[in-house]
Amino acid sequence: MTKVIVGFGTCGIAAGAEETYRALGQELGARDDGLAVARTGCIGMCYQEPLVEIRDDAWRRHLYGRVTPERVPRLVHEHLGQGKPVDEWLVWSDGGRGTESDFLTKQVRIALRNCGNIDPEEIDDYLTAGGYQSLLKVLDALDPDALISQMIESGLRGRGGAGFLTGLKWRFTRLAKGERKFVICNADEGDPGAFMDRSVLEGDPHSVLEGMAIAAHAIGAGDGYIYVRAEYPLAIHRLKIAIAQAERHGYLGDGILGTGLSFHVKLKEGAGAFVCGEETALIGSIEGRRGMPRVRPPFPAVKGLWDCPTNINNVETFANVPWIVQNGPQAFAAHGTANSKGTKVFAMAGKIRRGGLVEVPMGISIKDIVFGVCGGIKEGRKFKAVQMGGPSGGCIPSELQNTVIDYESINKTGAIMGSGGLVVMDDSTCMVEVARFFLDFTQRESCGKCTFCRVGTKRMLEVLTRITEGEGKDGDIEMLEDLAHRVKNTSLCGLGQTAPNPVLTTLKYFRSEYEAHISNRKCPAHHCSKLLTYSIADDCTGCTLCVKACPTGAIRGEKLQKHVIDGAECIACAACFKVCRAGAILRD
Amino acid sequence: METIRRYDFKHMHYVGEEGRLIPLLQKAQAEDGYLTKERLFRIRDETGIPLTQIYGVATFYAQFRFKPIGKNLLRVCHGTACHVAGAKDLTEEIEAQLGVKNGETTQDDLFTIETVSCLGCCSLAPVIMIGETTHANLTPSGVKKILRKYQSGEKK
Repeated sequence: MTKVIVGFGTCGIAAGAEETYRALGQELGARDDGLAVARTGCIGMCYQEPLVEIRDDAWRRHLYGRVTPERVPRLVHEHLGQGKPVDEWLVWSDGGRGTESDFLTKQVRIALRNCGNIDPEEIDDYLTAGGYQSLLKVLDALDPDALISQMIESGLRGRGGAGFLTGLKWRFTRLAKGERKFVICNADEGDPGAFMDRSVLEGDPHSVLEGMAIAAHAIGAGDGYIYVRAEYPLAIHRLKIAIAQAERHGYLGDGILGTGLSFHVKLKEGAGAFVCGEETALIGSIEGRRGMPRVRPPFPAVKGLWDCPTNINNVETFANVPWIVQNGPQAFAAHGTANSKGTKVFAMAGKIRRGGLVEVPMGISIKDIVFGVCGGIKEGRKFKAVQMGGPSGGCIPSELQNTVIDYESINKTGAIMGSGGLVVMDDSTCMVEVARFFLDFTQRESCGKCTFCRVGTKRMLEVLTRITEGEGKDGDIEMLEDLAHRVKNTSLCGLGQTAPNPVLTTLKYFRSEYEAHISNRKCPAHHCSKLLTYSIADDCTGCTLCVKACPTGAIRGEKLQKHVIDGAECIACAACFKVCRAGAILRD
Repeated sequence: METIRRYDFKHMHYVGEEGRLIPLLQKAQAEDGYLTKERLFRIRDETGIPLTQIYGVATFYAQFRFKPIGKNLLRVCHGTACHVAGAKDLTEEIEAQLGVKNGETTQDDLFTIETVSCLGCCSLAPVIMIGETTHANLTPSGVKKILRKYQSGEKK
């Protein structure tokens, strides 16, 4: 039967999916062909939310974008009533039509294979899509060592950022001695600008549970934890449902599917500490302590949760596992580059035309993602840089847009692959300000254990703040570089070791912007308000709007005559700039 | 509150219930809106975990508060995407509309403003979250309308 499906990820709901769902329910209820509205998780096209898909018996699919309640009657009437798709709202169809079809057709969806296709709250949907078949397969026919060999052969590397070979991590945990072993799923997605894990958990929670159960079989673990951020209430809600359903169907719990494997999964809600994404800090948090990293080795594979051997992987890593088991390691390794196999999910945000969730093969260039998949920069502005890897990463300038995406190539630029947040910046973004923003974040999130991370990041922030406020001094750049290297070299964990990266990469690629701030007291991107001076051009129509908006009375002028700003009284608040309709306020 | 096993110093790392401190604090805060002194004492008495440790954990995590909050927690996202999309202007508008600053509660007890690092809704930036509802693609005038809905009682 034809299905009408509404995207119910956090993005969809925020864009009004509930209202659309209700409107569709009413409209379909008025017909008597028994059609019902279904829900699914994130389809990835967040910029077109609310999204509605109409899928017929033969799985012919039509995806409509920005389906507000007002658009519902016509959509139902024309597409369902008359069998004529509404082309002007069609964003994608499997017939290759739709205004946004590039966005989906250029992707390769492995981790996201079910996101947007199934109802995440219905285990039957997951089972119909081939779910838990991989678990069945490994329990039936793959002993742990063979399974681990397959994972190594696939080349899957940890998708949380560090990129360690997943299979090798499993082998270490398997070989470690211990009566009890644990599997932990790291869903503490703290990087600002990243939402891949949220979308996977909201759209396909069972794939993560299945991946964890397969890992449990591989290493011999009896218990698992999912450590998820409290900021993701919908992901937590759906995980709870998924765990209960999987237990009821015998895919989790004692004697899974009639075999000797017992695996129990518990949910732990984070309490808001970025550093808990670091594995030893995360373990501390589950144990009920402050989330402070400790020295490694011993690695968690040997001595982890409650001193037992523990395997920690990221959400996306686990979501890949069932697919690899089902399709074979070669199928996964067929995508990607020599050392970075498979695909990677990226959360696209910032000044990009199509923001959302994309999954692309490793080895694609930054340019292909930004322009090919995501349609380039918003409002026709100029592409300046991408920020990859969040606060641990860096800014890659547009000159390096041909850089291919794999772990090694990205590291060479000074950024890191990270968990997959990709924030695109245009020419209105000030790079010094971006560096200041990240340092503000890392100095707040530093756990305080290592002196240079605790104090050094604070001093770096002070220098950066000073520069963006027009108080920069000669020697500030050198001081930043010196501090950056010290913080990097003397911190225990990834947070401190990578915290200076945003500063170092912007200094490397955008040094002239720092110099302009310090020497000329100018912000080339026209962003840092204290460095801007305002004046009025001849285009002024004399409408007096700016005169009324100015809080200090710095603007003078008669009606219908060109106005003037008194520089001595102007506090550079930009109120005039925002109200001017003639575009006559100039800033420099 | 549930009683949990006494903290065992000798076997500090024994696989047991001590990992429950954070869930206990979360539960206490969910019930009272913040962590009261009395609750912390009670957790100490019932679990045997030293108060210094309880306080240490509670102050470490951003989620825990020691002051009451208003009816709705209004979280303004300052993630990277929201930052470049104008989260600062949005925060200023919210603060101006409600007449209180970040971390404060309005006179009518309706809102407490809190800036957060990232709500993970980056492609619809800038966003805010009121309670568990996310509002996206906001402009200063759009946020005004949303606040009105809560103030007029249309939304709760």
